[in-house]
Amino acid sequence: MFSIPATIILFPLIVLFIFGVYFVIVYNSLVSLKVKVKEAWSGIDVQLKRRTDLIPNLIETVKGYASHEKEVFENVTKARSALMGATNPSQAQEANGMLTSALKSLFAISEAYPQLRASENFTNLQNELSDTESKISYARQFYNSVVRDFNSKIVMFPSNLIASTLGFKQEVFFEANEEEKQPVKVQF
Amino acid sequence: MTTTIYSQISQNKRNTWLIIIAFMLFVSFLGWFTGQVFFDGSGTFFVLLALIFSSFSCIISYFESDKIILAISSAHEVTVEENKYLHNLVENLCIGAGLPKPKIYLINDTAMNAFATGRDPQHSIICFTSGIVEKLTKLELEGVIAHELSHIGNYDIGLMSIVTVLVGTVILISDWVTRGMFYGGRRKSSNSDVGGIIMIVGIILLVLSPIIATLMQLAISRDREYLADSSAALLTRYPDGLASALTKLSQDTEVLEAANRATSHLYITNPIKSENQGFLASIYDTHPPIAERIKRLEAM
Repeated sequence: MFSIPATIILFPLIVLFIFGVYFVIVYNSLVSLKVKVKEAWSGIDVQLKRRTDLIPNLIETVKGYASHEKEVFENVTKARSALMGATNPSQAQEANGMLTSALKSLFAISEAYPQLRASENFTNLQNELSDTESKISYARQFYNSVVRDFNSKIVMFPSNLIASTLGFKQEVFFEANEEEKQPVKVQF
Repeated sequence: MTTTIYSQISQNKRNTWLIIIAFMLFVSFLGWFTGQVFFDGSGTFFVLLALIFSSFSCIISYFESDKIILAISSAHEVTVEENKYLHNLVENLCIGAGLPKPKIYLINDTAMNAFATGRDPQHSIICFTSGIVEKLTKLELEGVIAHELSHIGNYDIGLMSIVTVLVGTVILISDWVTRGMFYGGRRKSSNSDVGGIIMIVGIILLVLSPIIATLMQLAISRDREYLADSSAALLTRYPDGLASALTKLSQDTEVLEAANRATSHLYITNPIKSENQGFLASIYDTHPPIAERIKRLEAM
C-alpha cells in the first residue's frame, strides 16, 4: 500500500486529472455544437438568399400589369435589401418578417388583376416562393433544435461552469413571425 | 426525447458490430462442425474457410446491402425531372431533419409501402411503391417520408440492411449444410457414439438457426418502428398525417410481390399480409400492430 505522504500527493493529482479530462470533453462538445449551430444557420441563409433572388423577377412581372402600385413595390424592395444586408440571425429574422408582410400585400393587390393571376410566369414565381417559404420553415425548425441543444448545454450544471469561464454565449432562436405562428388550417 | 434518439444511434452502431461478430462466429462454428463431421476431422481448415467466407459476406453486406436489397425489390431510381413533387417533399423534410438528401427509388407496384436503406445518412436511399405516392395525400406522404428519414437519422438503416443480407446468408448456409448432412450422413452412419451426438447437436442447430435468425430480425425491428413514428411526428409537427397514412396502409389489401421474408422488416408496414392472427402469428410479426401505432400517434 501507499504511505500517507504518497496518498496526499496522488489524490489531488487524480482529481486534477479527472477534472482535466472532463474539461476537454465538455469543451469539445461545446465547440462541435457551436459548429452545428453555424451549419444550421447557413441552411436558413441559403433559403433566405433564394427568397431574395426570386423577388426582382416577381416585381418585374407584377409591374407589367399593375405599374401604379408603387408603394407596395417600394416596401418589398426595402424589405428585400434589409434582408440582404442582415448580418446576424436577429436582423435577418426581422427583415424576413418585413418581407413576408410586404409580399402579403403584394399578393393581395394581385387579386385585383385577373390577367396577372392568369400569367404563367406569375403562378410559377408564386409556387417557387411558397416552396422556399416552407423550406425556410423547415430550416428554422432544424436550426432551433440545434440551438436548443447548445443553449441547454450552456446553462446546465456542471457544464455551465466551463461554458461561462470560456465565454460561450447562448445563441438566438429564429422565431416564427406572428402571422406564421397561426396554426395551419388543414382541410381534407 | 432527444436522449432516447442519441442512445438509439449509439446502440445501433454497436449492434451492427455485434451482429457482424455473431455472424462470423456462427459461420465459423458451422464450418468447424461441417469439417469435423463430414470431412473426418478437418475442422481447422474449414474454420479458416468459413472465416474467409464470412468476412467476405460481411464486407459485401456492409457496402453493397442497399444495392442487393434494391435489386431484389426490383426498384429503379427516380430523377428530379421524373417526379418533382416527391423530390420536393423529401428535400424539404431533409432540411428540417438536418440530413443530406437521400436517393429516391420507386417500385412499380400499386400496393402501398415504403422503406429506407443504405449504410449511413450520407449513403441513404428511400424507396417507395408507386401506389403509396399516388394514393396518399401530401400530408400523409410527408408523414411516411418523415418516418423513413427517422430510420436514416437514427442509423437504423445500416443495421437493418446488414441484417437482411446476413440473415439471408445464414438461412442459405443452413440449407446447404442440411443437404450435405443427408448425403454425408448416409455414407458414414455406423461410426462411433460421439459422431452420433455431434450429429444430433448439428441437427438441432440447423433446425434452430433459421428461427434464431428470424427472431434476431424481429428483435431489432419492433421498437424502432415506434421510435421512428414519434420522431416523424416531431419532424412534421403533424402526427395525424402519419396516423391517417397508416390507417390507409392497413386497409390496403394488396400484396407487394417484390417483398419477401428477408426484406419484409424493412418496410413501414408489413408487406406480407397474413390472415393468420393467432399467437404464433403475433410472435413472428416483424412490425408492431398498426392499431397500436396509430393509437400512440393520436395520443401525441
